Amino acid sequence: MRHPATPAGVPSTGGGRIRAPLPFPTAARSAVADDQLRANLHRATRTIRGKRVRAVDEVPDWAALRDAGAAIKADVQRRLPELLERFEAAATAAGARVHWARDAAEACRIVVELTRAAGADEVVKVKSMATQEIELNEALAAAGIAAHETDLAELIVQLGDDTPSHILVPAIHYNRTQIRDIFRRRMADAPADLGAEPRELAEAARLHLRRRFLEAKVAVSGANFAVADTGTLVVVESEGNGRMCLTLPQTLISVVGVEKLVPSFADLEVFLQLLPRSSTGERMNPYTSMWTGVTPGDGPQDVHVVLVDNGRSAVLADPVGRSALSCIRCSACLNVCPVYGRAGGHAYGSVYPGPIGAILSPQLTGVADNASLPFASTLCGACADVCPVKIDIPEILVHLRQQAPHPVAERTAMRTLSWIMRSPRRWALALRVARRAAGPLGAWRHRRTGTRTLRRLPWPASAWTRSRDAPLPAPQTFREWWEKQ
Amino acid sequence: MVGKAVTARAEVLARLRAALVDAPTPVDVPRHYRRVAESVDLVELFVDRLVDYRAVVHHGFDALPRLLAGVDRLAVPDDIPGHWLTGFAGQVRRDTPPLSPADLDGMDAVLTGCAVAVADTGTIVLDAGQAQGRRVLTLVPDRHICVVRTGQIVGLVPEAVARLDPRAPQTWISGPSATSDIELDRVEGVHGPRRLEVVLIPDDDVIAPGR
Ligand code: SF4
Repeated sequence: MRHPATPAGVPSTGGGRIRAPLPFPTAARSAVADDQLRANLHRATRTIRGKRVRAVDEVPDWAALRDAGAAIKADVQRRLPELLERFEAAATAAGARVHWARDAAEACRIVVELTRAAGADEVVKVKSMATQEIELNEALAAAGIAAHETDLAELIVQLGDDTPSHILVPAIHYNRTQIRDIFRRRMADAPADLGAEPRELAEAARLHLRRRFLEAKVAVSGANFAVADTGTLVVVESEGNGRMCLTLPQTLISVVGVEKLVPSFADLEVFLQLLPRSSTGERMNPYTSMWTGVTPGDGPQDVHVVLVDNGRSAVLADPVGRSALSCIRCSACLNVCPVYGRAGGHAYGSVYPGPIGAILSPQLTGVADNASLPFASTLCGACADVCPVKIDIPEILVHLRQQAPHPVAERTAMRTLSWIMRSPRRWALALRVARRAAGPLGAWRHRRTGTRTLRRLPWPASAWTRSRDAPLPAPQTFREWWEKQ
Repeated sequence: MVGKAVTARAEVLARLRAALVDAPTPVDVPRHYRRVAESVDLVELFVDRLVDYRAVVHHGFDALPRLLAGVDRLAVPDDIPGHWLTGFAGQVRRDTPPLSPADLDGMDAVLTGCAVAVADTGTIVLDAGQAQGRRVLTLVPDRHICVVRTGQIVGLVPEAVARLDPRAPQTWISGPSATSDIELDRVEGVHGPRRLEVVLIPDDDVIAPGR
């Protein structure tokens, strides 16, 4: 198989499900018009936002934990090659086999070969963004291997022939009755009178998967963290499906993006506090599993780790954009994003939706291949405020917008915006000025049309409004609104 | 391409090195977060947090026989302290020879100890050490009864991490199995044990392996 036509050692972009097939505004149109979808998203994201705030507010040293988390990840990026080698040595010494994959196709091929070598024609899977990214299920199916998703939400999405729309809760776009209908239709052993109570639905999934767990020979997982010093992998989960997969089968294959490293075991003390509170809004998720290679007589005896680049080297090559590799996939930025809240996850066309997707997907593929995503944001800054590892998402968005091929007028506007945004003072001032100027105009437009947008801006910005309405600045910023709540 | 085949490993590492040509400046990691809990009543906090996540808490040794009275088949690790089973009239299934997943699926409950517990988060950590056994023991049975000595309770996550050996397989457990996948409502009980019961015993109870 041929590899990307780049000379050896040049940072390279990746493949898999990270490319938006349609420009964001086009893809978002149907979602924005779908009232049911909007209602489901609204309800779910509102619930989780409230839980996150409560879980974070009770931690007096939250700011210090974020500082540490951000710094540890920056340190990892700086030392990534060395730390990967260290991880490989430690994991190998503990009995794991470490494999390397340049891209999605190579990672899939490795997993297929390992599964065949284990004599299996099916695998059980723990929810993992990396395997979604490399489209592993499709590759396994093409090789005649059935992949069974075991996370409840992933199971819903798989049975519904759908794709995930959220990092943490892939089925966030469905409500309980829709889920019940999918189960009744597609789950052979679901009771005919299955109700829509979450408790009943969870029970149906338990029974459906139980035998599969007890008989599975091969499991495929991702990892939330990989410890360089010790070769330890960590999986954070809620339902126990992860534990089932990580404990019962003889063979365990973990697909891990190279950015998942932390230097030392002690560093987990930071991330095991940041992640659960930011993602599910819990003090701690129900189950966290850690394993280091093979433990004789306990759990899988044939343990593999596949370290995947698939565009991460290209992200690392950009000094401004590389901090996107700090992401611990908590999904807090999705839950506060007004654009995600209206458009939903599918509009982003990549497994990584929301603000993190808007900065990560274009960097993984090269901006030219995902040019609309950096514009899928209002730059309101709510994402940066909640990010547990302090990724400055708006800054990276503006940076990527400059690389996107688009009319000069737009680029000029963005350059100015970037200059303004580089200083919080200039930014606040600019917003105040814009608001004051736009206030009466916005009120007038609102009275006439019910929206606070303008159909046409004067040149050179007319290039922008030719295809879209320009929003007038909101009466108050998200930050101001938030502080009042 | 002519020339020697480049392994994926060499290629990925070379790409990453090339990506760092700007030689980013070294980072000092500020660790101003709490490493040790301030003086709080750890037991009280731990119980509060356990109950909040729907684990059931019992106090003292006397609770054990009462709890076990309703159990017919009980799985235990080999090195369970003998006196934990005092007065238990049901069937004890030790993990030698290793119990199969199907065996475990037929058990009413599993009884273990733990390695350390975190008050701040209501977490118990198992590391396959004394009185804990293999990971699968506490996974397949639907009810997990876990004995925690008060001296095993620490305040914060960093204190627990400091006590653990990374080479041991670990399971951090915070409440019973749960999911928030349906409308982000927390529902207890999916694949892991649906009932988690914690028995708190005083620290002077010596764990002595007994058969
Ligand atoms: S970018 Fe930050 S907030 Fe968003 S998912 Fe990643 S870690 Fe969470």
